[in-house]
Amino acid sequence: MVSNNLTIVPAATVTDYQVPLLAGMALAAALVAPFVVYPIFLMNVLCFALFACAFNLLMGFAGILSFGHAAFFGGAAYVSAHCAKELGLPAELSLVAGMASGAILGAVFGWVAIRRQGIYFGMITMGLAQIVYFIALQAQFTGGEDGIQGVPRRSMLPFINLENDRTMYFFVLVVFLLGFVAILRTVNSPFGHLLKAIRENEPRAASLGYDVDRFKFLAFVLSATLSGLAGALKAIAFQLATLTDVEFFMSGEVVLMTLIGGVGTIIGPIVGAGILIAMQTYLAEFGTWVKAVQGAIFIICVLAFRKGLIGEFAALMERRAKRAGR
Amino acid sequence: MEHYAIETEGLTKTFVGFAAVKNVALKVRSGALHALIGPNGAGKTTVFNLLTKFHLPSAGRILIDGRDVTALKPSAISRRGVARSFQISSVFPHLSVHENVRVALQRKLGTGYEFWRSNKTLRVLDERAMELLADVGLTAYAGHAAADLAYGRKRALELATTLALDPSVLLLDEPMAGLGVEDIERITALIRSAAVGRTVLMVEHNLRVVADLCDRITVLQRGQILTEGTYREVSANPAVIEAYMGNGHV
Repeated sequence: MVSNNLTIVPAATVTDYQVPLLAGMALAAALVAPFVVYPIFLMNVLCFALFACAFNLLMGFAGILSFGHAAFFGGAAYVSAHCAKELGLPAELSLVAGMASGAILGAVFGWVAIRRQGIYFGMITMGLAQIVYFIALQAQFTGGEDGIQGVPRRSMLPFINLENDRTMYFFVLVVFLLGFVAILRTVNSPFGHLLKAIRENEPRAASLGYDVDRFKFLAFVLSATLSGLAGALKAIAFQLATLTDVEFFMSGEVVLMTLIGGVGTIIGPIVGAGILIAMQTYLAEFGTWVKAVQGAIFIICVLAFRKGLIGEFAALMERRAKRAGR
Repeated sequence: MEHYAIETEGLTKTFVGFAAVKNVALKVRSGALHALIGPNGAGKTTVFNLLTKFHLPSAGRILIDGRDVTALKPSAISRRGVARSFQISSVFPHLSVHENVRVALQRKLGTGYEFWRSNKTLRVLDERAMELLADVGLTAYAGHAAADLAYGRKRALELATTLALDPSVLLLDEPMAGLGVEDIERITALIRSAAVGRTVLMVEHNLRVVADLCDRITVLQRGQILTEGTYREVSANPAVIEAYMGNGHV
């Protein structure tokens, strides 16, 4: 099984009163951030953090590895960009349309692939994602190499001016938080509980009467839907949907973000997305060398920190707690 | 006419060029404690996997309570009231002992797909889960990860999880494998009490346990039924003694 060495942040490391405290601090930081840091950069981080969290829902909590998530992210970017620019829909409805496209594509991918295990599942999702890429390259509405540019940022609510980068940032933050809370709830739901059981021991879960394929399918569609939301959000925030969003490299990048931060942890993917986007932004002058650095980080991560930054940190805290308990 | 909880007709499973199970007509009476024994490689586990649909039969039919279930999936068999344990203890390693049992109890709640509901709604199951753990003597370990349990306790946990389904038919694949003497006594007592009001079919190598527990024994050899009867009948059968020769049993 792919999943046996995945670890979840044990509840024991963060005590109950610490959770709201840490969450409050993070939220305060997110509210102050756009006055200190370039908002465009922050929006980029948030969009990818949501994408990585959605991916982690599948990989970390269901133990399913997909190599085709760019299709949901990029596909939704095109759909929402098209809705906003050509159909004149406001940002909120364009996001919903993008999410819906993620859900539909996810259902198609899942329907084709869900009966396959491990690497075969990954290969099928990759193949299907290549088909989506090809469609994006050839279809009329996607604008080919140019993509869809100049997507208007227009809210349904007249008093919100999304043209302003800082206002746009807060809009992105709210959408991110909604997506993040949805993921948190899913993980901590009766469904999430069974998903963990299936990840841990699939034959046993089946022998207890659970139709494991249906659970995995639902997890896949949820992950695709939220990936779609992330892609749609990016298209609105950056007023752009291009082939970069839908190409294979994007599928790899989200795997990398999740691994660096920590698969199966709650905040790991956010940290991973932050690190990679920071590298791409601040090391941009080195050109393609950034990709070489990313590759090196990936290798170090797999060799030395299998659990990712947050996963290793949690394991450290757990060891300390155990020692203190004795 | 007798009522059979499990019945197979001409059950056959061939793996490339090798018939692991050949034309087996097994009949397990309702309410019986029935053992399936035989030397290594006789096809006992294959029969189990066929009964629980982890393998698809090459030929033949399987009836549970008189109804044909040959075409069903493993999860569907389980929902018909047939629960199994595995030869190698099968738990959810990174869930707590308590959560392991709760996963089984959760099925009755029917909220398995509800990803929008809080898992606090599962707390109604906690009491029953603790009762089941108390029955197998695991109360003190409820909060531990299942992976940290000693082998004998993992088996006890697996049994508690299986019983959580409240099955009408219980299939136990070598429940004593790898257990120490003191564990064997405890698990034997557990199986005896679990068998009340249920049909139990178990594969077991420990013939003392079989003699002690089971009222009916089917002996398999090279994928076929050699004989069937009470322990006294079976153990006196020259063909059975021969089948076991050199294996150190009997």
